[in-house]
Amino acid sequence: MNALIEFFRPHLLPLLYALVIVAVLPLIVGYIVLVERKVMADMQARLGPMRVGPHGLLQPIADAVKLLIKEDIIPENADKMLFWAAPLISVTAALLALAAMPIGPKFQIADLNIGLLFILGISSMGIFGIVLGGWASNSHYSLLGALRSAAQLVSYETAAGMALISGLLLAGTLSMHRIVEIQAGAGVWFMFLAPVGFFIYLVASIAETNRAPFDLPEAESELVAGYMTEYSGFRWSLYFLAEYVNMIVVGSIATTIFLGGWLRPFPNVNALNFLDAFPPLLMLVLAGYCFYRTPKQPVKVQKGFLAAVGLLCLALAGVLGVVLAPAAAAFKTPVHGTFWFLLKVFLYLYVFMWLRFTLPRYRFDQLMKLGWHFMLPVAIVNVMAIAVALVLHRPREAGGLDWGLGASLLVSNAGTLIVAAYLAAVGQRRASPVVGGA
Amino acid sequence: MFDKALFYFFASLAVVSAFLVVTRRNAVHSAIFLITALLATAGIFLQLHAEFLFIVQIILYVGGIMVLFVFVIMLVNLDVAAHQPQFNRQTWVASLTALIVSGQFVAAFYLSRKAGSGRALFGLPQAQATRLDPNTELIGLTLFKNYMLPFEIASILLLVAMIGAVVMAKRRV
Repeated sequence: MNALIEFFRPHLLPLLYALVIVAVLPLIVGYIVLVERKVMADMQARLGPMRVGPHGLLQPIADAVKLLIKEDIIPENADKMLFWAAPLISVTAALLALAAMPIGPKFQIADLNIGLLFILGISSMGIFGIVLGGWASNSHYSLLGALRSAAQLVSYETAAGMALISGLLLAGTLSMHRIVEIQAGAGVWFMFLAPVGFFIYLVASIAETNRAPFDLPEAESELVAGYMTEYSGFRWSLYFLAEYVNMIVVGSIATTIFLGGWLRPFPNVNALNFLDAFPPLLMLVLAGYCFYRTPKQPVKVQKGFLAAVGLLCLALAGVLGVVLAPAAAAFKTPVHGTFWFLLKVFLYLYVFMWLRFTLPRYRFDQLMKLGWHFMLPVAIVNVMAIAVALVLHRPREAGGLDWGLGASLLVSNAGTLIVAAYLAAVGQRRASPVVGGA
Repeated sequence: MFDKALFYFFASLAVVSAFLVVTRRNAVHSAIFLITALLATAGIFLQLHAEFLFIVQIILYVGGIMVLFVFVIMLVNLDVAAHQPQFNRQTWVASLTALIVSGQFVAAFYLSRKAGSGRALFGLPQAQATRLDPNTELIGLTLFKNYMLPFEIASILLLVAMIGAVVMAKRRV
């Protein structure tokens, strides 16, 4: 018995983190969907969901209940076993990728020395869920959606991987934890050292998560709902969960590699230490807004719920404020780190939504052309340019930064931009006279 | 104990799914069992503390090659394939080959048993119980320092294959 306890002791904390992530993630995903609908409504000058709960705050719960009690239809000629297993593959791959994500300096299930590769490899297995689900449905729309999805994921994965390599070269390690620490040492996020790489990753990650303007696999006007056409109820919601968890995963990768992970803006500048007061103040403002709106709710239940949300914000503000005290200094970085990490991920996802409601959808040949003729070459040139800059001004320790290295990185990014402009010009010239080509 | 149980789990998973790859009639099911076999092999790599090999196996074989396999299989008409004979009747050649291969395996096992005596053919060093050095860096350094020429030759080979594929697929580029 003692041996068993000793065996499990080092795994207790990671197990707890894993439980927290698996338990909280569906809730977060539900509220991301709500935020997305609210943002969409705002951009289209509407109100969005307002009925269930104050300002529609309980809408995700209602949607979840509706999905769970919906009839679960399996098509007559479907491959039952695969139809049943495919959503599980998608969801497992998406959740597993979060295992190596440093959500805070302490809040990480496992710090692997192959961290980034692990995340990329595991999340790329999610394609099987989509492809097999589309095939097992035995429907043309599903199959075409699945094929499109596989082609799109494979072509944009290369560009995304190449873009991440530019960040890796700067860090010199694959461990997600070390990458953030090296950014703290350098005093600058890698986004500012490799802006072209960050931009390519941003675009490629939108394509990888099948979102507009690259949501070809689910183009309603052509393919009904793509690979999930035949799915309904709980299984459909698993696909939905996987899709949004994948968004969180790519957001977390971008945050860790390019946006400084759990670090506060300007972590090394003592003059800006007042930024530490931002998290509790933000929560206080949210709580104040909730309490301000409470009396204006029409129904008693809604008043109570909004007040409860206000109290939750108040409690969070308390936690974030208490750790600022000198007595609790040991807890400051973990708690605030988690806050900053989540804030950055959510801002990244906000950009996703913003682009979704702004840009029209690409055509499929345009999508492939953009991926192979533009993104991939630019990403490769970017990697080479940054590698040359690093060799010319080899930093004394990994992540060390001086003016010479900064200047040569600037030059290499500018060179990459020139190549990108050239490629775009060539693409324009070639694309114009062809009608119905490719 | 736990390590041994894990090893036998992965090993038997690999063998059983490799067997199922051959015997399934539906090509998509075969592909899925091939994925399982590759994943089980990756698990064995991980158990040997070869993390880089583990993840490269997953990224390249499972995430790359198998996706293309499944992609192609879906474009094939499976109903036609299902009515074709699944096995060739080449019993004698097959059993001879199987005999030779299993003889090699037995010899390898027998010789590696005597690894302790120091003159074995397969005297592989045991994996360390604790964490090894970051082996991504080690593999990278070895590839680019000691095996530069073979590495470059392999890349040129792949480049040739790629250009060949493009030329064959597209007459007018």
